[in-house]
Amino acid sequence: MSIHINKSGLLDTLQDEGRYGYQHLGVNPGGAMDRIAMHIANALVGNQPNETVLEMHFPAAEILFKETLLIALAGADFSATINGKELPILHPVLISKGSILAFGKRKNGARVYLSVQGGFTADTWLNSTSTNTKVNAGGFQGRALQKNDQLLLNNPRAFSFVFTDHAFEVLPWKAKTAELYTTNSIRFIAGAEFGNLHNQSIVVMKTQVYTISRDSDRMGYRLQAKPLPTLSHQEMISTAVTRGTIQLLPNGQLIILMADHQTTGGYPRIGHVITVDLPILAQMQAGETFQLQEINPEQSEDLFFEQEMNLQQLQNACNFRLQEYLNA
Amino acid sequence: MLFSSPYRIYSSGDHSITIEAGNQIDTKINQGVISLFHDLSANRIRGIKDIIPAFQSLTLIYDITICKKEAGNQSVFNFLSALIEHRIKHPIAIANTASRLINIPVCYDSSIAPDIALLAELHTLSIEELIEIHTGKEYRVYMIGFLPGFAYMGTVDQRIVTPRKSVPRTFVPAGSVGIAGEQTGIYPFGSAGGWQLIGRTPITMFDPKNENPCYLQPGDEVRFFSITLSEYKNWGHS
Repeated sequence: MSIHINKSGLLDTLQDEGRYGYQHLGVNPGGAMDRIAMHIANALVGNQPNETVLEMHFPAAEILFKETLLIALAGADFSATINGKELPILHPVLISKGSILAFGKRKNGARVYLSVQGGFTADTWLNSTSTNTKVNAGGFQGRALQKNDQLLLNNPRAFSFVFTDHAFEVLPWKAKTAELYTTNSIRFIAGAEFGNLHNQSIVVMKTQVYTISRDSDRMGYRLQAKPLPTLSHQEMISTAVTRGTIQLLPNGQLIILMADHQTTGGYPRIGHVITVDLPILAQMQAGETFQLQEINPEQSEDLFFEQEMNLQQLQNACNFRLQEYLNA
Repeated sequence: MLFSSPYRIYSSGDHSITIEAGNQIDTKINQGVISLFHDLSANRIRGIKDIIPAFQSLTLIYDITICKKEAGNQSVFNFLSALIEHRIKHPIAIANTASRLINIPVCYDSSIAPDIALLAELHTLSIEELIEIHTGKEYRVYMIGFLPGFAYMGTVDQRIVTPRKSVPRTFVPAGSVGIAGEQTGIYPFGSAGGWQLIGRTPITMFDPKNENPCYLQPGDEVRFFSITLSEYKNWGHS
């Protein structure tokens, strides 16, 4: 029971919702950059929301399926094909044994998530299967996938589906994600050092357009814009930082910490991107632009529960449709 | 009461809350931080995913959904803030604050200590004197961060306080022992880094295969002792 990597992509790693409980030892949480896409990919194939998925950047891997499997893609649209025929994302899909999944042009998004029904067999390290490439632990041998890797699968259900003209069958329902990726500006709540900015800097910060720079990755997004004046107490005593923390760097530019962030940092914390908007950011790539909009912490909680409710409804609907289909 | 000086509690993200006591590196404040860390670790608040001590702060990473169930109508931040405030004032179990004393071997041989001669010269010390000073006191592990298992220890004797290198090295080997300002630390992994390198330890500071992967814990006291190059090379083999 396995899939075979015919060609590796730029950065293909196994991820779950992250490794928590060890940040006091300097172990960063990691995990899927786009939590919503991970949940949806899993829901479409009937997995638990945090089952291990394969996160792929562009260009993504080429994969040979050695079993007939139920899979789904969510997140970015990289023009997926099966044996050269177009494959839609956000649908559950039955793939026949021997089929090859490949990707063409990047249409939108930065990260696509592949789920397989039953999940991937992954190394668990400190209660998580997320790949930590620094320590070389978790996921697939603690590293990004390479050509000719064989990924084992967790007892997938056996399908005796008779494929007609295609080598795959797209099941006829699609996850609606519009409500989950809602905004064009990235919302944040004020950080501990926000109040140290001059009023003029705050106006600039909240009105200017930020471009995601090339040296952005799973650790953090470096932004390019008009530099903000640095603060008098620029060198601070290090504290813990977290996903979404917006730091002001000594050159006046901002960085937003992402999944593979260091656990502690000593730069001024201007703000924190809200959890709800992190998936949107995770699907943006170098060269794309956005603005920052401040909201208050109570609003951020309300928005979170609203998003969780939408996500839960979507998961329930996916599970319902799949059960109905499998029992028919 | 865990802190004798003023502290503040603030939101450090929509899933994160920080308690900060003062704005200096101070043993007593750090002891308060570590006591609160032990208290909150032993008596967990539901929904807390991580408790991260730093020099003079403690940060809790939480699951918003789980905490909201307990918080009811108030915001999760206000709910946790009140709970932590109460814990600071009335710790449930003042955890054993006696820290462990860990002895760590360090080889200060110039062949694996690229900055030691330079530092000795800078501080007008002989290399032997510098080693004597570095091994002459106990250091507190204030915090672990930057890399898995990277312990920030301090404070070093004023005679060997040295700023970071102006241009960081692109690669520092695992086990390297360095000085940055008043701090001393050990690189658990090969990494880029700007600390002044004065020695190397044969000890594996972070072993992912070990159930307790980290050799040091926040709050530990560390003392270095000098070993020869051949002892360094044969460490663990004899």
